[in-house]
Formats: sequence, C-alpha cells, structure tokens
Amino acid sequence: MDRLTYFPGCSLKDEAKEFEISAMAVMKVLELPLVEIERWNCCGTVFSLTEDDLMHQLASIRNFIRVQEAGSDEIVTSCAMCYNTLKRSSLFVNHAEERLEKINAFMDEEVAYEGKVEVRHLLEIIRDRIGWEKVEEAMIYPLEGLSVAPYYGCMLLRPRQVGIDDPDNPTIMRDLIDALWATPVEYAFQAECCGSYQVVDHRELIVERTHRILSSARRAGADVVVTSCPLCQYNLRETQSELKEKIPTYEEMPVMYFTQLMAVALDVDSGELPGPLLARFSVGEGVGKGEG
Amino acid sequence: MSEQENATIRIHIMGKTYRVPAGLTIMDAMEYSGYRFIRGAGCRSGFCGACSTIYRREEDYRLQFALACQEMAEDGMYLVQLPFTPAPRSQYDLEKIDPTENVLLQYYPEIARCVSCNTCTKACPQDIEVMDYVQAALRGDIARTAALSFDCIQCGLCTMRCPADIKHYHMAQMARRIYGRYLSPVPEHLEEQLREIEEGVCDSELDKLVAMNEEELVLAYAARIREEE
Amino acid sequence: MARKELEIIEGLWEKVEELSGQNIFACYQCGMCSAGCPFTDEMDMLPNQVIRGLQLRDWNTMDCSAMWICASCFSCQVRCPKGVDLAKLMEAMRQIYLRQQLDHVSIDDMTPEQISKLPQIALVANFRKKTG
Repeated sequence: MDRLTYFPGCSLKDEAKEFEISAMAVMKVLELPLVEIERWNCCGTVFSLTEDDLMHQLASIRNFIRVQEAGSDEIVTSCAMCYNTLKRSSLFVNHAEERLEKINAFMDEEVAYEGKVEVRHLLEIIRDRIGWEKVEEAMIYPLEGLSVAPYYGCMLLRPRQVGIDDPDNPTIMRDLIDALWATPVEYAFQAECCGSYQVVDHRELIVERTHRILSSARRAGADVVVTSCPLCQYNLRETQSELKEKIPTYEEMPVMYFTQLMAVALDVDSGELPGPLLARFSVGEGVGKGEG
Repeated sequence: MSEQENATIRIHIMGKTYRVPAGLTIMDAMEYSGYRFIRGAGCRSGFCGACSTIYRREEDYRLQFALACQEMAEDGMYLVQLPFTPAPRSQYDLEKIDPTENVLLQYYPEIARCVSCNTCTKACPQDIEVMDYVQAALRGDIARTAALSFDCIQCGLCTMRCPADIKHYHMAQMARRIYGRYLSPVPEHLEEQLREIEEGVCDSELDKLVAMNEEELVLAYAARIREEE
Repeated sequence: MARKELEIIEGLWEKVEELSGQNIFACYQCGMCSAGCPFTDEMDMLPNQVIRGLQLRDWNTMDCSAMWICASCFSCQVRCPKGVDLAKLMEAMRQIYLRQQLDHVSIDDMTPEQISKLPQIALVANFRKKTG
C-alpha cells in the first residue's frame, strides 16, 4: 500500500489533537495512510519574508532533510500554516543553488539537503490522488441536511504560487463538502484573514474578525464551519465566548477541522467534536435527516 | 620517561600564551600556568557543570565547548572560561502548577523563538540533543523533554550560544521536575514500603537498632540477611 | 522593557527595498491593497499610504502602527495589479526595528496566565513577527 510522508506540526500534538486523530483515521480508510517522519521540528509557523534571511529557513529545511532520510521526496501536512511555511521555504531554496549551499554549509552536522522535496497539503492529496468519487464511495453516513461553510483563511490560498486553489474563487473545500452530501455554504468571508497571530497582543481584533466571519457564515445558513488551520480554529472557536459577553444575542457557531467532517461521514474516529455538534454526530448514527 | 611524556604544549589563556606539560586537562593546565580557580571549578569529575570552557584550535573555524576538568589541553588551544551564565530562572511553585501541555511555554515562552539552528546541541559538552528537547517542549511533550535532557549538568553553554535567547537548561530542569512530580509512574514497591513505614511495621526493628551499642551493631551488620543478587 | 526610538540609519529606504526585494516605484496608487485589506479599521495608515510614504521617503511612515497590525494575510499581494508584494514591504519595515533590537512584543511582560490561554502556533508566529 502507498503511504504518505507526514509532517504533523506542533499543534496537532496538543492543541489540535482532534485534527491528527481524524486525519489519520480518514487516510487509513482511504488507503493512503499517513506515516509520521522522525525527529521533525517546528516549521516556524510563518515564512520569513526578507530576502536575506536564511536563518529562519533552517527549520523547514531540517524537516526536508528528515524526509530525504526517510527515502521520500514529498512531505504532506494537514496544517495550513505548516503547509504555507514549508511550501514557501521549498520554493525559496529548491532551485536556488547559492542559498542551498550556504544553508548546507551552516548545517554541517546534517547530510546536505538536495533541494528536491515537494510540499503538499492533505486536501490536495485527497483531491488529486484519491479523488472525490472515492471519498464518496467510502462514505458510511451521508451528511445530508447539514449546511457546511468552508473557511479557507489565508494560508491555503495565498500567495498565488503557493495556493492549492484559485485564491479568488476556491472550490476545493466546497467539492469535499459536496462529496460528503452536505450542503456547501457560499459566504463572503471564506478566505478573509482571522487575524492570525495577532491574538497574542491584539485579542480584541480577533474577536471582531470572528464576529464578521462567523456571522456571515450564519447568515448564509451554515450549521458548522470547517477549517484546515489550527490557528484559525483556535481564533474562531475560542473568541466566541468573549463575543457572547459583548453581544448577548450572539449564537455560537461550531467550528471543526475538515478531516473531522470526513471522519463523521466515513464513520471513523473524529476526535473531540465541538459541543453543539456532538449530539448530531453521535457515533454510529451520522447526522440524521431530522435536524438541520 | 618517554619523550612523549616530557613534551610540552603551548596554550593561550585569555590571549596570553603559556607553555605547559602535555597530558593535562584544561583545568590542570590552567592551574599549572598560575591560575587559581575561585569560581568555575567544582567537582573536578565532570558532574557539576561549573567549569564550562570555550576554546578554538588554531586553524579551526569552529568554536569548541568542553568542561575544563574533562577535556585534555592540546597544543594551540585558545581558551576562555565561562564560570557563570546569566540566565534567569522562572519562579514557580511545583505543588501549584497545572501540568498541562503548555506549562513549559507559560514559564519559558521564549522557547517559541527556536529557529532549529541546532547551535545548542553543538555546544553541549554532554552530547545531549538539546534542540530536540526544546522542540519536544514546544509541542508539549514534557516526558520527552525530561528524558532527553536527563544528562544535563546545567553548565549553561547552550544558553550562551542560543540566538533565540532560550534558557534551555532551566526549562529542561522544570520539565524533569514536573515529570517527577506529576507524570512519572509511581513505583509500586515504594508505595508499599511507605505504607508499611506509616503503619509502624518497621518500628520495633528500628527501636532494637537504636538501642544497640557499637559492638552489637557491627555484629548485627555482619550477620544481616543479604538479598540474592 | 523600555522602548527606545528607532535610530534613523543612512540608507534606510534602500534597506527596506533590499530586504523586501520589491520595487516600490512600481506602485501607481490604485488602492487595491487597501480595498482588500481586512485590517484597515485598526490601521493608522492605509496600506497604499504606507507604500506612498515609502516612495516619498516620508519619515512618518516608519512610525506607523499599520506594519504591526498587518498579519501577512497576503490579500494585498494577490490583488496588486503591479505585482508589488506589500506584505514583504511591511515585513522589511518591521525588520528595520527588530534588527535594532526594538521588539514590538515584550516576552518578559507576558504572564503564565496569559500564555496558558494561547496555543503555541500563535506564540511562535507572533514572536517571529514581533521580536528580533
């Protein structure tokens, strides 16, 4: 059986365990299991944007060396931030001999990175290598009656040469939702930034972003929002309680990872689901048609 | 005496050149040269971490790191001692800590600045995978942080070299403390033994020992029951 | 941590261009970047005004809060009809500060209680963008 060389990223080991649990379970059923690389390190979460900065590429490249050591030339991750950072690092050095040479000389304790590792996001793999038909075939509980708003955020789509889909009109998550027989929700804020790391020193800004994004999804009829980024997930999920304090009428919107949505439909371990959805997604019953 | 043992080498201590007999540790060579260690020396056996030394060999682009009491002085070494590392330790009450996955980040948030340059690992005289344990700490793996850092002697060289200003060794010590207090499995025999002590099972035997004079103690010791090895 | 002022170094504007790798004079002020930016409400200068300020070598530009509000979402980058990467310019401006050891976030002032609520992904990203 084919396997994928998998880079989990730090979040999936604590804050976002449910993302990894569901991704692992889903990919096993889809017969393309994720095999974690050894001794990986934090990718750095954001790509350094200055031309002269090689220091902040070390983290990504050290991971590429681990991939090389595992005998692979591809690294797959489900975290959108890891994907973006790793992907941009690969573009920054893969065909840049001078940069590679400097970095390899610095990391003299490692074997040299040959500049051949390709970075892929799990959604891309599911679309391009598995196909929506196979996902649909593997489905046990169709998600009929459930309206799902895809939230792409930034890191899956921008910049253009890194994006896994058209940054202006992405369809990859919509197609996934379709394949699971749920109703994809179109809304204006699906690719607008959640505020990202500003949550550390501008939390009020995230509360405001969450309000706009989730209210827009709500108005468009969404029952649930799906993400592919642990930071979007954290921001959209955790600031809702603050939002409720500010606006008493605010109605909570469940947020979950796209792999959890798949896990529910494929009847495999989805990890911990958001409270309001737990009842609907109780194991072995799927969504049911009654509600929604 | 062979010619080898009679040989001398040149070393440079803080920029001044000395000729010392070959075959001495860096610490002995420095003392031979007239330096007296008031700070920066302790156990002289490679355990206390007090005698951190940085050196460079002539014609070597790289800095090297060692414990002065363990590393042999070599001809042409440029030496400097680093008896102390200015690295604040976070204040915490182990009994009041919540051993969640991000507890190390809470007290040592600068571990989030690690760029995976691995300079810490290269600086470690104990050959610890320092960067790997920082990475483990970052993803909340306290047990792995504790296990990987077990041989740390708190010399501080990692911390002096870190471009991200991480206080590796203090952070790792916290990880080991948390592991010991909250996460390590409790040994059954220890629990059992402690319960027996509390219940007074050993009291009468102990009273007998306390009442013995020296001669009786020696005899009792010689006649003790030994566990099979 | 006491904040010092930015030291105005010679060749600062050229440094911003060099670090970002961008030709700031390609911008013709169409305003697409500001129209698409989700954070303009909180910014003291609009993104197009920042680049205009860079073109004019206006020192006030280097004091703007906009560069620290920018979250590198690249909305401006995908929309710019002239291919100017404004996110890279914002990063270059931040780097001018950070390389003078003027951190924008003080790690020492963060309490364990504050950090306990935050995921490491946010901290790593924030510290990479706001500490040097």
